[in-house]
Amino acid sequence: MILTRGIGRSAALAILMAGAAPAALFAETPADTLVIADAIDDIVSIDPHEAFEFSGLDLNNNLYDTLVELDPTKPGELIPGLAESWSVSEDGLTFSFKIKSGITFASGNPLTAEDAAYSLKRVIKLDKTPAFILAQFGFTKDNVDEKITFDGDTVSFTTDKVYAPSFVYNCLTAGVANIVDMKTVEEHAVDGDMGNEWLKSNSAGTGAYVLKSFKPNEGYILEARPGYWRGDAKIKNIFMQHIPEGATERLLLEKGDIDIARKLTPTDVEGLSGNADVTITSDVGGQIYYLAMNQKVEALANPDVLDAMRYAVDYTGMADTILKGQWGVHQAFLPKGFLGALDDTPFTLDLAKAKELLEKSGVPLPLKVSITVRNTQDRMDIAQSIQNTFGQIGIELTLDVGDGKQVLEKYRARQHEITLQTWGPDYPDPHTNASTFAQNPDNSDEAKATGYLAWRTAWDPGELGAMTEAAVVEPDSAKRAEMYKEIQEKHRQDSAFVLMFQEMKETGLRTNVKDFYTGGAVDSASYWLVTK
Amino acid sequence: MANTSSPAPVPLSGPSPWRGRLFGLGTSLLSLMLTLLGLLTMTFIIARVVPIDPILSIVGERATPAQIETARQHFGLDRPWYVQYGIYLWDALQGDLGVSIRTREPVLQEVARYFPATLELATLGTLFGVLAGVPAGVLAATRPGSFADQIVRIVGLVGYSMPVFWLGLLGLLVFYGQLDWVAGPGRLDASYQMLLEFQMTQYTGIILIDAALNGAWDMFRNAISHIILPSALLGYVSMAYISRMTRSFMMNELGQEYITTARVKGMPEWRVIWVHAMRNVMVPLITVIALSYAYLLEGAVLTETIFAWPGLGRYITDALFANDMPAVLGGTVVVGLAFVTLNMISDILYRLVDPRARA
Repeated sequence: MILTRGIGRSAALAILMAGAAPAALFAETPADTLVIADAIDDIVSIDPHEAFEFSGLDLNNNLYDTLVELDPTKPGELIPGLAESWSVSEDGLTFSFKIKSGITFASGNPLTAEDAAYSLKRVIKLDKTPAFILAQFGFTKDNVDEKITFDGDTVSFTTDKVYAPSFVYNCLTAGVANIVDMKTVEEHAVDGDMGNEWLKSNSAGTGAYVLKSFKPNEGYILEARPGYWRGDAKIKNIFMQHIPEGATERLLLEKGDIDIARKLTPTDVEGLSGNADVTITSDVGGQIYYLAMNQKVEALANPDVLDAMRYAVDYTGMADTILKGQWGVHQAFLPKGFLGALDDTPFTLDLAKAKELLEKSGVPLPLKVSITVRNTQDRMDIAQSIQNTFGQIGIELTLDVGDGKQVLEKYRARQHEITLQTWGPDYPDPHTNASTFAQNPDNSDEAKATGYLAWRTAWDPGELGAMTEAAVVEPDSAKRAEMYKEIQEKHRQDSAFVLMFQEMKETGLRTNVKDFYTGGAVDSASYWLVTK
Repeated sequence: MANTSSPAPVPLSGPSPWRGRLFGLGTSLLSLMLTLLGLLTMTFIIARVVPIDPILSIVGERATPAQIETARQHFGLDRPWYVQYGIYLWDALQGDLGVSIRTREPVLQEVARYFPATLELATLGTLFGVLAGVPAGVLAATRPGSFADQIVRIVGLVGYSMPVFWLGLLGLLVFYGQLDWVAGPGRLDASYQMLLEFQMTQYTGIILIDAALNGAWDMFRNAISHIILPSALLGYVSMAYISRMTRSFMMNELGQEYITTARVKGMPEWRVIWVHAMRNVMVPLITVIALSYAYLLEGAVLTETIFAWPGLGRYITDALFANDMPAVLGGTVVVGLAFVTLNMISDILYRLVDPRARA
């Protein structure tokens, strides 16, 4: 009897629950709210002068503005941001920016040149990871107060030497150069932290949105603020949910419970094809997949061996199968979207040619070498494909598998033979990748110049180093672009690297969602233009 | 004058019951403290032996040696291990589980935010498991070899052997994707989530309770429609275990002489099973249910991932992948505490259902 009653109650409860559900089930996303699903657990901090991860930069791109901006609709194109005009002194050392009038922060405080000067100085004084993007112009904690100044509505700074103006402007579009509300931030400063703790859960910008709530690894909520200087955001609220599982995102998107899915796998994308309610957009990202051959290994320093390897990688085979939709073939160190990026792909799988080059090299065959690779699925798949094709020309590859830290430590200590790696640009200027792939001022072990990928793999770039130095100070942007093309051309033919793939981003959107820009390889996501 | 007064009563034997109980309580507390100390020590050792450098994951690949050193000092990782251990123990005893390397938030504050979600899910899951598992186990035990027994066995086998992520995805696909019976992943729809965030008092972090306390019955229904599938899934896995154990315990009891006596005396069969046999089955069953509940509290990582459920299991796993050892340790300590607490509750329940345990 007791059991019967218990079962009866359970059944009643279940029926009640099932009956209760439909009221909420068919609620689509609210009309004034854009619901986005993404994996945002990479966020370490959302202080704009500390954030350096993709998700944090996406968030901040909608809370803050920079002096000069990249046009979200035309990635890579510079447009005025908070500065209405800018100029360079005749000696090429001092850059001045005239601040637009009438712009206010979310607090209501008016934007001034002092805010801009404070923000740039704050980057250097806080000295968080992305600070090097501005510090490379010669700013230090000791000199920054003299180097960065303001006068009336103009903020100015003086660099340590002459740089290409486009290089400086591109660096100023990076997230680390966001302008914060000095008064508000200083009101919340504790123990001289310049408001660092407070800005980890609050915002103080001129952006289209204000941060209403941020929960690490859970999500965030933004609210549009009226009177945004670029025009009010089209959608009032942004609701970001941390959903790392692609299949879950796909289901939610199909049902209309989210508007945008940003972590779909190729399987999910394939499953969504033909769904009239969903649109898939494809965009490039900034990451590059490459092989680095340690030049301290004699056989790998042989140019014919390196050339043989360039023709022994199944680029399209991998891009069409194991990397489908995630990575596209790309054979230069600058990602598509960057000034001077090369788009052509001169190398294809040609085993006969590769074998011929390897025999010509004179190294004893079979050549036995190891490839150090991180133990993630995509990297293991790529390494195994390379192991297979290299094996067919007489190179016996052994997989040396480790976790991220082990692999990185080996690479930074120059203890690898071949290593499979990815690299992403730090700021939207070609110098970011050129300086690491094609510069190595001191190739000795003692130099410990781990910031240069060329040093890590013990490769001396020779004339490319000087060419890179010249490119970063070239004032003419068109000529500068040509210089980078030439550097890349020589680099991919003669370097110790085999450049293979560029990241691709596939985004799923409900068909009523328009004008969502991911930022491509050079910028971050823009929410304020989205309509639905 | 003869002394006619009675002699003072002399205790027959042993200490008073109160002294015994106090002794028992003291032993339990000592045992609890030693368990906690062991737990804290083990988690500290594990954090030191794993080949992980948490600093690298914070400052990134491009950080300068000076930035790396600053971060190392900031988190106290530049000190000798025994100093770190001392600080860790002292802070933990004061309820300070450190600061998450990844988010820079106090671990206790983060755990307090994630734990209610897990508690809500695990409690409902266990409820489902017990309500379905115990009757199913009894049914199978009273009709061994029958069709009903086979069905219970097969259902249990599926619950045991099917990967939970596969069951979860299948459940979502069918009940959410195709049939529209339940709501999708997450704890609430976006609109209710914002309502909860900005317009309601969050008393407990358990949405069902908070929505009820706020009188937000629409939200309550929405929360039910979200939790029912993941909790039923966990309940199913739990049921598989509970039903098999109930069957085994019950069959053992039904073979006892006192059951035969009860039947010979003409006692109704339902009373023999649900009153006499069940009273004895309850003792080991409490342990089984407590273990099952503790397992779910520990965090059903895959279920939480698939259902985008911001619970403790997902928190610890994410922290592990991000090399965030303070968060991993904090989460582990809380899970350990949950185990210890459930163990104590089991002890108390033993005493309630088994008179012998009260002695």
